[in-house]
Amino acid sequence: MADSVNLTIDGKAVQAAPGTLVIDAAKKVGIEIPAFCYWEGLTLQAACRMCLVEVERMPKLMTACTLTVAEGMVVRTETPLVAEARKSMLEFVLTNHPLDCPVCDKGGECELQDMTFRYGAGEGRFDEMKVHVDEKQWSPVVYFDAPRCILCYRCVRICDEGMGVDALGVIYRGVVSEIAPNKEDHLQCDECGMCIDICPVGALTSGMYRYRTRPWEMEHTGTICAHCSNGCKTTLGTRNGQIIRGNNRDKSGINGEFLCIKGRYAFDFNSHPERLQSPLMRIGGKLEPVSWSRAIGEVARRFTEIRERGGRFGVVGSNRTSNEENYYLQKFARQGLGTNNIDHRRTGDVPALIDALAGRTGVLATVKDVYTAKASLVIGSDLAQQHPLLAYQLRANWRHHQSHTYTVTRGPVREDKYSVHGVRVEPGAELGALESLRDQLKAEPELVILFGDAIKGEAVRRLVEFGDSLGIPVKYICLVDYSNSRGAVDMGLLPHLGPGYQGVENPGMSLPEMLAAEDLDAFWVVGANPLEHNKLAADRAFVVVHDLFLTETAERADVVFPAASAYEKNGTVTNVCGEVQHLRSAVQTMGVKTDLEILGLLSKEMRINLGMWTPESVLREIRQTVRGYNVALPVIAAGGAAQSLPLNGRVTLDSRPELIQSAGDTLFTSGTLGRYSKTLLSVLEYPGVLYGEAAEPEADRR
Amino acid sequence: MTFSPELEAKFEKLLRSYPPGRQRSALIPMLMFAQDEVGSVTPEVIAEIAARIGISELQVREVLSYYSMLHTKPMGKYHIQVCTNISCLLTGGEEIWEQARKKLGCGHKEVTADGQFSLEEVECIGACSWAPAIQVNYDFHHNVTPEKFNALIDSLRKLH
Ligand code: SF4
Ligand code: SF4
Ligand code: SF4
Ligand code: FES
Ligand code: FES
Repeated sequence: MADSVNLTIDGKAVQAAPGTLVIDAAKKVGIEIPAFCYWEGLTLQAACRMCLVEVERMPKLMTACTLTVAEGMVVRTETPLVAEARKSMLEFVLTNHPLDCPVCDKGGECELQDMTFRYGAGEGRFDEMKVHVDEKQWSPVVYFDAPRCILCYRCVRICDEGMGVDALGVIYRGVVSEIAPNKEDHLQCDECGMCIDICPVGALTSGMYRYRTRPWEMEHTGTICAHCSNGCKTTLGTRNGQIIRGNNRDKSGINGEFLCIKGRYAFDFNSHPERLQSPLMRIGGKLEPVSWSRAIGEVARRFTEIRERGGRFGVVGSNRTSNEENYYLQKFARQGLGTNNIDHRRTGDVPALIDALAGRTGVLATVKDVYTAKASLVIGSDLAQQHPLLAYQLRANWRHHQSHTYTVTRGPVREDKYSVHGVRVEPGAELGALESLRDQLKAEPELVILFGDAIKGEAVRRLVEFGDSLGIPVKYICLVDYSNSRGAVDMGLLPHLGPGYQGVENPGMSLPEMLAAEDLDAFWVVGANPLEHNKLAADRAFVVVHDLFLTETAERADVVFPAASAYEKNGTVTNVCGEVQHLRSAVQTMGVKTDLEILGLLSKEMRINLGMWTPESVLREIRQTVRGYNVALPVIAAGGAAQSLPLNGRVTLDSRPELIQSAGDTLFTSGTLGRYSKTLLSVLEYPGVLYGEAAEPEADRR
Repeated sequence: MTFSPELEAKFEKLLRSYPPGRQRSALIPMLMFAQDEVGSVTPEVIAEIAARIGISELQVREVLSYYSMLHTKPMGKYHIQVCTNISCLLTGGEEIWEQARKKLGCGHKEVTADGQFSLEEVECIGACSWAPAIQVNYDFHHNVTPEKFNALIDSLRKLH
């Protein structure tokens, strides 16, 4: 077979790989062929006939979405005949369509509206009554208005093929055909909203967005999801200072069109009524609102006093604050307060992996690698629940490239449905179970290993030894929990490691040690909730908390700073694969400040010089001084992802791997932050379970 | 849910009649046999057949709702299906339909008070060459006229 095929589309010479669809070949040269049912990456449907084109020496119009390119083919995409055909197709599509564009959410970005406008099919010749069906609510997230549906099957396919959920189908036939949910009158699914965003018309709408605005009235800001570690790009639509919508319809970013319920809908924590909007100070035993200058002044005074008398500090950083904030915080602790007592909630053993792979290159997998690798091995994670984007990538890899997936888990996972081999193990026995896969894995051309918190400490080294012994190229992903869990480690929010995994001379206290230390003088928590399930032993410690909400930890504080959320700040975050991406501020909440600004103001008040505290200047310092972080700025600035590569040397390891533990969040939880998302709390599937995949349908059938 | 031994045997045979992984091919006959025995395709029947084939209930409902011979509610002893699709329409199918409604006193997917008859307007039943056509349970009646229709109903009534 030839390497490429030459054809002509609208007079332009086009080269395309054999097997390419004409619709895709046209797109490559900037020609858009209209399509309602075709969706790149999903199976072909050829249901709508909008993509009809003229092809020389073919007797009739052809559907460009199913026609593959051929040598010498001459295609015309916009002839009078084609326009006439499309107009007629639209007339059919519109026979039962209510044409309620003025009240429809999709108006202004509706593919049917655009096409009707383009081909002038505004008038129909059908004079029968239109079939009407009332709108239905299938879940707090998904609403369905059947008359608007054009039966393109995009929703059915994205749910089945893309998500692996298969919650949608088509019932009845002919003009009364309707999309139907899996539980007769409601949905039990991932509530991801993929079906809603892929719908070319306004048939599927979301509970969050419906009837709240028109698309052109919003501002759009591309930023990174505030929830899990996968780092999806989400485009926030905002109006009057409120986030109204999250989606990724432009398919930019590492996630393409993918977002889970958290990235698409759980932005609502941002405008939760309990958001803190003023600093609080304990006065007469009660937390009272005070001015920023008073709160900053008080903390600076107490911190200075404790530092000067050689008191003990404990500093806890966040899994969600930006790299710049994390870097600045550890610098504040180490240089400003003179302590290495700094830690965060550790969710995966990244340092052990960086150490085990020291000196190598090309061994840290990216999100894209999960889509392209010939084989993958998932150890100790319910990927579809805990790492939705990676699960999506893996599934797409299997659909498109027939890649091989292996799983070693303690219960059923969605990946079982297509994995070549799934091993069930008792928690803790993961490493030992790998032996049974050795021969199969050895026969693979390459492998990506994704491992959760079951593999930590010495086990990470042994996992890498196992990888080496296979004799094939192996890449690794150490699974961590939250949007900047990886950045927290990279930036040195650890008692024994500074930024870039540099060992420190006098390692400080870990988080559990701080909590247990009765003589702690100050406990400073920036964007974390360590007292959710723990008590602080030091009753007399001066406690300072930065947070969005009055969490369990904030309730114990002497001073609380109201912090800006990830959607209200600029900066960078690093995803589970070490890919650095840009956060962009989309909205502002009155009365709050970013953690970086709070740190800056405090340092100024304490007369500690830690350098400028703008996100740009701190990023500049990070790029210059943190190993592996000299990432390409233009890539990040343009909304891309640049992988950090901190593999330049051995790492001092903590001898207590038991300190590392994933929080075990599901698709519907997101640590303390998730408790403030009404959407997450409202869906039937909340709070979700890990390793519950197969149990559900069976129980349901009885 | 269990069925009669005869039906169980039929199901068993059906599920073995297709290559591994193609068991869903047995869906339509299973639904029809179950309907004959149970009276209609109830939610329990749907759940049971889905479990036996290993598909989702929604997949069963997709097929079930597509075919006019499958019902989720009990129909009359004689289920009369009148085709009004194109060939029948051109040869008087609509008159047959009107006649049927008058004669039986019930409408689309409705059952007569005595439970003997039910009526349904259906799409092409594959008998275009002898249009207009109707179907009574599994039997076809060709080149139907309003008079022939009346006679047919009367003869069925007389059977009781
Ligand atoms: S919300 Fe997601 S999981 Fe639920 S039906 Fe739509 S695509 Fe499927
Ligand atoms: S609901 Fe939307 S995506 Fe689904 S078939 Fe209808 S038009 Fe297509
Ligand atoms: S997969 Fe993770 S990063 Fe992506 S949208 Fe969901 S929670 Fe956000
Ligand atoms: S896009 Fe080709 S038929 Fe729908
Ligand atoms: S149209 Fe009535 S049988 Fe075909």
